[in-house]
Amino acid sequence: MKHVIVVGLSHKTAPVELRELLVVPDSRVGEALNRLMAHARICEGMVLQTCNRVEVYAVVDHVDAGFSDIQQFFVDTHLSVSAEMLLPHLYRHAGDRALAHLFRVTSSLDSMVVGEPQILGQVKDAFRLALTHNSSGVILNKLVKKAISVAKRIRSETRIAENAVSVSYAAVELAKKVFSDFSARTAMLVGAGEMAKLAAQHLVKNGVRHVLLTTRNPARAGSLAERFHGTSIPFGDFLGEMSKADIVLCSTGASHYLIGPADVQRAVRERWNRPMFLIDVSVPRNIDPEVRQVDNAFLFDIDDLEGHVEQNRDERIREATRAEGIVKEEVGVMLKWLQSLEATPAIVALRQRADAIKYAEVQKALSRFGTLTSQQREALDGLASGIVNKLLHGSLVALKSAAQSSNGSVYIEAARRFYGLEYPSPLPSPSRGEGKGMEEAEHVAERQKLEADQSETEGPSHEPAGESDKQNVAQRASGL
Amino acid sequence: MMLPFLQLTAGLYFAGTLLSLVYLLRRSHVVAKIALGVTCVGFAVHSIVLASQVFSVEGLKWVTFQTALSFFSWSLVCVFLLVVLRQSLYVLGSFILPLAFLSSASAVIVPSETSALQPVVQAVWVHVTLSMLGTVGFAVAFVAGLMYLIQDRLLKSKQFNVLSFKLPPLDVLDTLNQRSIVLGFPLLTLGILTGAVSARLTFGEYVSWNSEQIWALVTWVFYLVVLMGRITVGWRAKKAAYLTIVGFTGVLLTFLGVMLKGTTPSISS
Repeated sequence: MKHVIVVGLSHKTAPVELRELLVVPDSRVGEALNRLMAHARICEGMVLQTCNRVEVYAVVDHVDAGFSDIQQFFVDTHLSVSAEMLLPHLYRHAGDRALAHLFRVTSSLDSMVVGEPQILGQVKDAFRLALTHNSSGVILNKLVKKAISVAKRIRSETRIAENAVSVSYAAVELAKKVFSDFSARTAMLVGAGEMAKLAAQHLVKNGVRHVLLTTRNPARAGSLAERFHGTSIPFGDFLGEMSKADIVLCSTGASHYLIGPADVQRAVRERWNRPMFLIDVSVPRNIDPEVRQVDNAFLFDIDDLEGHVEQNRDERIREATRAEGIVKEEVGVMLKWLQSLEATPAIVALRQRADAIKYAEVQKALSRFGTLTSQQREALDGLASGIVNKLLHGSLVALKSAAQSSNGSVYIEAARRFYGLEYPSPLPSPSRGEGKGMEEAEHVAERQKLEADQSETEGPSHEPAGESDKQNVAQRASGL
Repeated sequence: MMLPFLQLTAGLYFAGTLLSLVYLLRRSHVVAKIALGVTCVGFAVHSIVLASQVFSVEGLKWVTFQTALSFFSWSLVCVFLLVVLRQSLYVLGSFILPLAFLSSASAVIVPSETSALQPVVQAVWVHVTLSMLGTVGFAVAFVAGLMYLIQDRLLKSKQFNVLSFKLPPLDVLDTLNQRSIVLGFPLLTLGILTGAVSARLTFGEYVSWNSEQIWALVTWVFYLVVLMGRITVGWRAKKAAYLTIVGFTGVLLTFLGVMLKGTTPSISS
């Protein structure tokens, strides 16, 4: 029996310092996937890494062996990572819990900002890499595609996505209470957290033409500047340049205040008291709340924005519950599919065995009868078929329906023993050789489909897949 | 003779004021539109009253305090209607209409004999008109400043209620404040100059240093400083809002002083 498992760590279980050690640069993901697939007990594998999580999804024959293989894979990723260090932060799920985990992650139910749209693109990226490096197979392909469709279903059927969107909209709505026309306004983006990027995007959509950007990593600032057609400024100078900004969006991974009341006071003075609008979406906060006391400066943090959204807690909980309901339902569907996958070879084998017996017996009878008219031959053949089919029919129907139930594997095992069926060879796994040509063609088709899908569903919010230098990855891991 | 019509005007402005205040608490624009309609009717009646006074036998030869107040409220409503036509900023009515009502009501209350200015020279109406228009500018600046401070306070305390939803963005209010002073100040300057000239023609002196004149000059200097401060050292936003509120309070006190004295000052602003 094949099992789907996941081992990983996320913002909920591990500190950023550990997470960033495990992130593999995009350029070396292929290598990492090969290393993963080198573990003989792993049939299919996929590595998902975002700023908030690193996870390995795999299809294995034995759950525990799979867990320890993936653990070993993580330990091998970085020299300074040891098993003792890693173990307390890892979560391991198998079977329906692993399926549910993937569905929840893809639907952004497990994200730091629930409902944020980036994760779907990141899952697609991970899947594309797995396809490119032939590490995914029949089960993972079906599973990830299902996860993507579940995410879309949740997005369209619940209002869970509105949370993230509405918080960044709220920032824009609030800014509209200070500024009537954005086209002459300048926005400054400090750090590159998801929420701030979303908000900056809404500001640009609402007419802000000039965007100043600053992050600790100059390369990162460069790619952001390209995205917003903005100007990148050195991180060390941003406080001095702050007076140029009408709107300051702050979202870094720093654990202390980056902007204090004195800085804002000075900026407002340099602006000749023209109002400044500051949004701090970082957790923990990066702008000192004392800034609220500064005249003509308006500071809002994430709680204020969420408060402004006025979506009451009950509604959010209700939407989350509905989303979880959808996940549960889809996990059920997927489990049935996995079980039927198990039953199909048994049914086929039974059918083949019966047909072989029938054929052999008919041939034997024919040779005994001598010459017969074609009518008589047909009658004989029909008799044999009739008996075989009538006998098998009940068993096949029972097997098919039993395969969908929770103890389906027991029935299948019983059928194999009663009828003396052989155990099937393992599912063709892509990296294991046979039928590679066909797999290849299938994967290319998958990739093309995924890309077409991507361009249709992803807006500009999607991260460019090309950013691949090591620094970028470290930066992404630190949330900066 | 025109008093009943002036009373009708004041009544209509009162209705407009009440409706505008109700509008502050409601999310729909319907009340605002009714208030606007009522105000328009009041404005039409008011225009007829003023026109009949201007074209009457006495004409502009002598200007009573009543006419000056009446003209002031008419100009306020006129500015309000112009702004609403351009920007559909209905909420402005909730702040301007009370002022317009108060000044038209004062016009009804003050005895029509109380003449602010003696029928000395024909040019006197020019002085009164200009000074009143200047004051209208300061009144609008005052209203903008008041709205600015309210919006500022609501934003700072994170109260996103009906009021914050209705009030325009801070920069719109600051611009309104600035433009009103920029327009009002030259008008007041011209008003004071024409006043001085007519005083020279009447009494042989440009200034007689009575309290009204001193107040007028103080007001003028005050707004000059406010204007200069904005241009040179960035007295804008919250500071400008505070200053214009203080300034207009001074103007109101001057008015009140003139009214309470009930005397016949030679020149007022």
